[in-house]
Amino acid sequence: MKAMDIAVEARNLSIGYNDSRGRKVVQSNVNLTLHGGEVTCLLGLNGAGKSTLIRTLCGFQPPLQGDVMLRGKPLQQYSQSEFAREVGVVLTENTNAGGITVYELVSLGRHPYTGFFGTLKPHDHKIIEESLQAAGIAHKRESYVSALSDGERQKVMIAKVLAQECPIIILDEPTAFLDVTARIETMVLLRKLAREQGKAIVLSTHDIDSAIQMGDRLWLLSKGKQVKCGAPEDLIMDGTVGEFFSKENIIFDKSTGKLSSSTAGNIPVGVEGDFNTAYWVGNALLRNGFTPAPRQQEGINIICHNPGQIEITFPGGEKKSANNVAGLCALLNGLPLP
Amino acid sequence: MKMHRKAYYVLAAAFVVLFMGNLVYGAVNIPIGDVLSILTGGEAEKASWSMIVLNSRLPQSITAMLAGAGLAISGLMLQTLFRNPLAGPSILGISDGANLGVAIVMLYSGGLLGGMTGGAYFTMILAALAGSIAVLSLIIYFSRKVRSNVMLLIIGIMIGYLASSVISILNYHAAADKVHQFVMWGMGDFTGVSTEKLPYFAFFTTAGLIYSLLLIKPLNALLLGEMYAANLGVKIKSARISILLCTGILTATITAFCGPVSFIGLAVPHVARILLGTSNHKHLVPVTILSGACIAMLCNMLTVIPGSNSLLPLNAVTPMIGAPIIIYVIINRKNLQYFN
Repeated sequence: MKAMDIAVEARNLSIGYNDSRGRKVVQSNVNLTLHGGEVTCLLGLNGAGKSTLIRTLCGFQPPLQGDVMLRGKPLQQYSQSEFAREVGVVLTENTNAGGITVYELVSLGRHPYTGFFGTLKPHDHKIIEESLQAAGIAHKRESYVSALSDGERQKVMIAKVLAQECPIIILDEPTAFLDVTARIETMVLLRKLAREQGKAIVLSTHDIDSAIQMGDRLWLLSKGKQVKCGAPEDLIMDGTVGEFFSKENIIFDKSTGKLSSSTAGNIPVGVEGDFNTAYWVGNALLRNGFTPAPRQQEGINIICHNPGQIEITFPGGEKKSANNVAGLCALLNGLPLP
Repeated sequence: MKMHRKAYYVLAAAFVVLFMGNLVYGAVNIPIGDVLSILTGGEAEKASWSMIVLNSRLPQSITAMLAGAGLAISGLMLQTLFRNPLAGPSILGISDGANLGVAIVMLYSGGLLGGMTGGAYFTMILAALAGSIAVLSLIIYFSRKVRSNVMLLIIGIMIGYLASSVISILNYHAAADKVHQFVMWGMGDFTGVSTEKLPYFAFFTTAGLIYSLLLIKPLNALLLGEMYAANLGVKIKSARISILLCTGILTATITAFCGPVSFIGLAVPHVARILLGTSNHKHLVPVTILSGACIAMLCNMLTVIPGSNSLLPLNAVTPMIGAPIIIYVIINRKNLQYFN
C-alpha cells in the first residue's frame, strides 16, 4: 500500500452490541479514516468504546449501522481468509504459546497462505525471517515464547502480524503491560513499520504522552461526544484534546501537552535561565501548585543558573538561593499561599 | 539430533517392544520364537498357543494400542481447546457422559458380553456418542459463561458427578445380573474386544485418529487463543465442532468397548510434550498418538498378575502411571509453561 492511501474508512458507523436485552449502542455516527504509512493512536477513557471500536474494525463483531470500508470494499464482503490477509491484529488476549519457539509463533502468521496442513514453503520461511528481522527479535528465534519478557513477546506478536503480510495492522493496547523502555521501543518499531513498509497502523492506548509524540493522527473517543480525528498538534491547539480529557479536577495544558490536577492552584511564577534546569524547575512548580510563566513584574521569579544554583526572588525583593530543586521546593512551601 | 526425530525413534522402539511384549507375556508363557512363527502363519509347539496369540492377545494388544492412542489424542485436543493442562476426557465428564449412554443401553436392553450383533455394537457406540456429545455441548455452553479454566474444570467434574448419579439410579432399578455386568465393564478392560468386534472398534478409532491428524493446523492456531486464530482465518465455530466431534467419536467408541479408562487421556499429552519439548501440534499430535498406544500397551501388560490366571482391572493400573505423571507436571512448573 502506498503511503497516505486510505486504508480504512468508517462512515456513519454505529458500534455496540446486540444481546438478549436488546441493542446497546456504544458510539454512533462515527466517521474515521486510517491512512497507509501512518501510526494512528486511539485514545479514550475507559468505557468510551475503544475496545468495541477495535473489535469492530478487526471483524470480531459486526457494526450495528453504517459501513466500514477496507481499502474501498465493505468489511462484510470480505471472506474470513481474505480478511486474514488484509488486517492483522495484536490483542491483549492471553496466549498458550509458551511451549513453541519464537520462529514457530511467527510462522503461525503464514496461516492464511499455507495449505491444509500448514506446511511452510521456502517463500514462507523467507517472509518469516524478514518479519523477525523487521521486528528486531530475530536473535530470539529459537527461544521458547515462555522465556521472553513482555516487551519481547509484544515484538514477537508484531512479527507475527508482519508475517501475515497485512497492509492494515490493529493493536489493542500494545504498550499496556510494558515497562517504559519496552513501551518506547514498541512505538518506535511501529513508526518504522508505518514509514518503511507503508503499513496503516492503529493502536489503542491510555498513554497520552506517547500518542502525542509518536502518533501521526489521533482518534479521540469519548462517551456521548462525536469522535474526533486529526493530527495531535492540531487537536491540541484547537482545544479538542483539552475538551476530551478535561474533567472537573483535571486540566490539559496546551503548552506542555500534559494532564494535571486543576486543584493545585494557579499562581504564576517567572522562570528563566538554563533551559534544562528551568524545564525541571517548571515541573516541580506544577506539582507544588504554581504555574511556570515568563518573568513576573510583581510576584515570584526564579532564575536558574545551573542545576546546583537556583535563585528565587520573592515579591518584596527578598532573594534566596537553593542548591537543588528539593531546596527550592522547601523555600516555596514555606510561603504563605494567598 | 532434533528432538522430534529422537522422540519418534524412542517411541518406535518402545512400540515394537511393547507390542511383542503384549503377545509374549501373559498368564501362559509362550516363547517369542513361537509367537513370531504363529504371527507369520507357521506352527507353534502347542496348538492352543496359536489360539491364545491370535484370538486373545493379538486383538487385545491392537485394542490397547488404538484405545490408548485415541484417549491420548482426545486429551491433547481438549487441553488445547480449553487451554487447560488438566483437561481430559475423564476429567471433563465426557467419559461419564459416554458411560451414561452405555448404561442406558446395557442395563435396559440386551447384554453387552452376550451374543451381540453388529447392530448392537453400533447402538452402544451411538448411545455412548450421544452421551459424550451431550456433555461436550454442556461444557461448551459453560465455557462461554465462565472464562476461568479452573471453574470450567470444576463444572466438568460436577457434570461427571451428575452423570454418575443418574447411572446409580439406573443401576438401582436394573436387574442384578446386568448391574454386575455393568460394574465389571466400568473397571475398564482391553480384553472385551474379541476378534469379531475388533473391526468395528478399529474402524471408528482409526477414523477418529485420522480425523485428529487433519486438525493440526487449527489446533496450532488455537494456541494463540480464539481471537487470534479467527484473525488468522481459522473458522472458529467449525474448528471447535470438529475437535469436539473427533474427541466425542474416540471417547465414545473406546468407552463403549473398553469401559471408562481413566488417566490416559489426561497424562499422555504431558508425556508427549516432555518427550518433544514443544507444544507445536505438527509433531505433538503424532507423538501423542504413539505415546498413548505405548502407554496403554504397557498398562495392559501390567494387568497380568505373574503366575496367576486372573487379571487386574485396567483402572487399577492406569492411575498408578497417570497420577504420578500429573503430579510431576504440576510440581515441575517448567512443564506448565507450555500453557503460558
